Amino acid sequence: MYSQEIMQRGEGPIVLKRRQSLLIGTVGEGSVMGLRKKDLLGLEHVETDEISLILDTAASMKEIIGRQIKKVPTLRGKTVVNVFYEPSTRTRTSFELAAKYLSADSVNISASTSSVVKGESLKDTSATIAALGADVVVLRHPMAGAPGLVANTVKAAVINAGDGAHEHPTQALLDMFTVRERKGGLEDLKVAIVGDILHSRVARSDIWGFTKMGARVSVCGPSTMLPPGLEKMGANVLENMEDALLGADVIIMLRIQLERQQQGLFPSVREYARLFGLNREKLALARPGALVMHPGPMNRGVEISPEVADGTHSVINEQVTNGLAVRMALLYLLAGGGTQ
Amino acid sequence: MDGVAQKAKIMDKEGIRRAVTRIAHEIIERNKGTDKLALIGIRKRGVPLALRLAGKIRDIEGKEVPVGILDITLYRDDLGTRAQQPLVLQTEVPFSVDGKTIVLVDDVMFTGRTIRAALDAIIDLGRPRLIQLAVLVDRGHRELPIRADYVGKNVPTSRREAVEVRLQETDGEEDVAIMKEKEPGAIL
Repeated sequence: MYSQEIMQRGEGPIVLKRRQSLLIGTVGEGSVMGLRKKDLLGLEHVETDEISLILDTAASMKEIIGRQIKKVPTLRGKTVVNVFYEPSTRTRTSFELAAKYLSADSVNISASTSSVVKGESLKDTSATIAALGADVVVLRHPMAGAPGLVANTVKAAVINAGDGAHEHPTQALLDMFTVRERKGGLEDLKVAIVGDILHSRVARSDIWGFTKMGARVSVCGPSTMLPPGLEKMGANVLENMEDALLGADVIIMLRIQLERQQQGLFPSVREYARLFGLNREKLALARPGALVMHPGPMNRGVEISPEVADGTHSVINEQVTNGLAVRMALLYLLAGGGTQ
Repeated sequence: MDGVAQKAKIMDKEGIRRAVTRIAHEIIERNKGTDKLALIGIRKRGVPLALRLAGKIRDIEGKEVPVGILDITLYRDDLGTRAQQPLVLQTEVPFSVDGKTIVLVDDVMFTGRTIRAALDAIIDLGRPRLIQLAVLVDRGHRELPIRADYVGKNVPTSRREAVEVRLQETDGEEDVAIMKEKEPGAIL
């Protein structure tokens, strides 16, 4: 095994530094295992070696984002259609840029400006998109399971960009990528997910993904926002935030949807912030060097205090960059090959 | 390489060492020194060869030449014809290629398609003054108008044969052999 890596600082002499396996990678040469399914609908049914492949590929993609010319010709002639039935800034922009950086053509369709307002069904909309020749359909939809329905009707690869409270697999993959890059691995890490677990597709995908990769996941939130069945997914359920944070390596804060207060799921925003908001004092319970993450958009001063959101533990902006790398990896893995 | 028989060994350890030494001398001679010179190895066996060339150049001239690593997967022209995609590994070129003389290094030159992809990849990183090509083995059968500036050994081959380069760093052994009856089209 070759074990020297080249490092060069400025124009000075090169330094050969010992490090394992960067040069050759850990897999054999040539064509290797790809993803087993044509779609990415959720992490529940994705195997650990597939997650590793996505994260490894994303690491290579991240180098491209750092270049002056952020473009490779890989997906020339492929078409990515982003269909968003719910508002989104970062996920949609991220998919759009990921497609552009790989030289694919991308088109955005949002429900409010499409034939959806004329009453067109999801099935008919997807048939239209398929007929226009899409290679990948990225779908966000308020109904859980909608991407699966589309995946069964179209030949194109379907990527779930968030469906109801079901899954948001690309967010969980970018979370895992961020943690793996900072901590060197995921195994045996203590991950705390805090907030509205009930309505959070991010939490569900994070629980599937992190536990599959060997991390220990605790979830915490008001009891009205903890759905049943979390233990079966492999998570440790806690109602006290301090217990969840104690010794945590990673803290994932979820956005509290303020409209939920009207549904009576928590008494007041101030009380929620006091019990389940992350501030400097609570952060001190976590391991030194713990990472603070948030899928965005943040309610500053509610689930996360500004000093923590902008503090040294926060990797929230890095998550956005890494999201781009992960989505490039997925587009390559799902659309890069020929027809099977 | 299952079901493949070795036909002939064409280079041994010493042969490879001598070829690398000669190419290092030729690079220095052709470029009149090492000013603005940089080596870029193509994954995977071009990388140890580039490092060895840099070592030789250091021995001869006493100057350090920066070495980069190029992964050309994203630039391949056959992605659309393969059922599964090859693994994308990282490109690591930790210096600016602008205005440099870049020597691209690979083990075997065959159709020229890998080099075409590598040229596109380098040009995406910036604008070198000059790009040259060094290969350990040139086996012919070019499909593009590309030639090497430095060649370790020219080996006439049949299209049905494959040339296998094994290097200590990547394979634990050190030789070059011609193999028979490899599936066609297995090498880019």
